[in-house]
Amino acid sequence: MSAKKTHRFYGHGIPRVKAEDLGGKLIVVEGADGSGRSTQIAELVNWLETSGRPTVQVGLKRSTLVSEELEKAQHGNVLSRTTLSLFYATDFADQLENIILPALKAGFIVLSDRYIYTLMARDMVRGMDEKWLKNLYGIAPVPDAVFYLSVEPEELVQRNLSKTATLDYWESGMDLGLARNVFDSFLQYQGAMGEAFRQLQKTYKFEIIDANRSVNSVNKELRKKISAVIDGD
Amino acid sequence: MKTFAELNFPGRLIAVEGLDGSGKSTQIYLLKRWLEAEGIKVYFSEWNSSELVKSATSKGKKRELLTPTTFSLIHATDFADRYERHLVPLLRAGYIVLCDRYVFTAFARDVTRGCPPEWVRGNYSFAAAPDLTMFFKADLEVSLNRILEGRPKLKFFEAGMDLRLSTDPYESFKIFQGRILDQYLAMSKEFNFVIMDANENVEKQQVLVRKLVSERIDLKKFKRRSPLPLPPSLAGDLEAKEDLEDKAA
Repeated sequence: MSAKKTHRFYGHGIPRVKAEDLGGKLIVVEGADGSGRSTQIAELVNWLETSGRPTVQVGLKRSTLVSEELEKAQHGNVLSRTTLSLFYATDFADQLENIILPALKAGFIVLSDRYIYTLMARDMVRGMDEKWLKNLYGIAPVPDAVFYLSVEPEELVQRNLSKTATLDYWESGMDLGLARNVFDSFLQYQGAMGEAFRQLQKTYKFEIIDANRSVNSVNKELRKKISAVIDGD
Repeated sequence: MKTFAELNFPGRLIAVEGLDGSGKSTQIYLLKRWLEAEGIKVYFSEWNSSELVKSATSKGKKRELLTPTTFSLIHATDFADRYERHLVPLLRAGYIVLCDRYVFTAFARDVTRGCPPEWVRGNYSFAAAPDLTMFFKADLEVSLNRILEGRPKLKFFEAGMDLRLSTDPYESFKIFQGRILDQYLAMSKEFNFVIMDANENVEKQQVLVRKLVSERIDLKKFKRRSPLPLPPSLAGDLEAKEDLEDKAA
C-alpha cells in the first residue's frame, strides 16, 4: 500500500490540512437501511484485518461533538431542514477531522458506512439547494471508491419489516408528509432517495451494486473491487 | 444578499456587530427597552443561544474539541435554528427583530480562523441581509481594556488560543481581536455597515442609535395593537391617539 496516489478534496477542504499528506484508502458504502450496508461492512472489516490491513470504521451520527444532541433533536422532530442539515454536517466534520483524516495520514483503510452522499440526498429530497450542499461538503475528501448498494423499495420494506417489524420514522421520510401512513410514505420516500442518488451519481460517479442478491455474492463483488483499488498503485 | 425589506417581509431586522467589549450589547439592549416602551413589536435574539445546539457548543468549547471547521459549522447550526424557528416567523408577522451579532460575526471570525471565505459565506447564504447593520467601532485598545480590565480568565476559543498565535492568552486575544477587526472593516462597505463611534459615551451613542433607527424605519407601522380594542368611553387619550396614528399608517 504505497502512497503514490494522493487524495484531493471536493471543494475548499479543511484549513491547514494538505490533501497530499493523506495516504491510505477511503472506501465508502452507501445504501438505504435494509440494503445490507452494515453486514457488508462488518464482513469487509473482518476480511481486511485478517489480511493484515489496518482498518478504521466510521459512520453517520457517531461524533463525540454532536451525536447525542442530534439524537435528541430527532426524537422531538424539532429542527427545521437547514438546521438539521448543518447539524449533520457538524457531525460529519467532527468525525472527518478526528478519525478519517488522521487515519488516512497514517495510511489506514477507512471504511465509511455512508458518507456525504446520503446527507446530500436526504437534504435534496427536502428541497435544499444542490449548489449550497456542494459548497458545504467541499470539506470532504474524494473517496477512492464509493459503492451504492441498490435495492428496490419493495424489497427494502420486506427486509426492514423482517428485521424490526417496523419502518423507521426518518427512513420513511414521515417528516415530509408524503402520505398518511408509514408504509406508503416509506415507498415514496425511498423512491425519491433513489432518484436523488441517481442525480448525485452524475457528479460523484459512484458504483452502483445490485444488492437484491445474497450477502455472499454482494460481498464477493465488493472484495474484488476493493482489492483492485488497494493494489491499484 | 437581499434585505428583508427587499424580500417583502413585513418585519425589519436590525443587527449590531463589533468586537467583544465594543459596547454593542449595551446599545442594543437600550434600543430594545426604548422600542418596548414605545409599544413596538420587538424581539431580541443573541448569537449562540439556541437551546438545542448550546449543549453541543459548550461541550465542544470546554473539552477543546472544536476545529475551525466544526467551530464554524456548529455556530451556523445555532444560527439556522434561531433563523428558521424564530426570526423568519417573527419577521413574517411584522416584528422588529434585534440581533446581537449576525452572519458577519461568522464571516469575520471563521475566516480569521482560516476557513475559506467563500465556504463560510456559502453556508450562511440562506440568510437575508439585515435592514440596518450598526458596526460599533472602538479603538482596539479601548475594546481590549474593557474586556481585560479585571484580568478575567480568558476562555480558550475566545482568546483564539486554537490558532496558536501566542502561548499567552492575553497576547493571543489581542492579536486575534485585531485580525477580526481587520476582517470586519474589509467587509464594511460591501454590507452597508453604519459605523458607530464606540469610543463615545454610552448615552450619546444611544441617542444616535435611536435617531438612526427612527430615520431608517417607519416605527409607527410596528406598533402592537391591543388584542381587544376598548370602547371609546373606556379608552384613555393615549389609546385614542394611537388609534388615530394606526389609521394614518
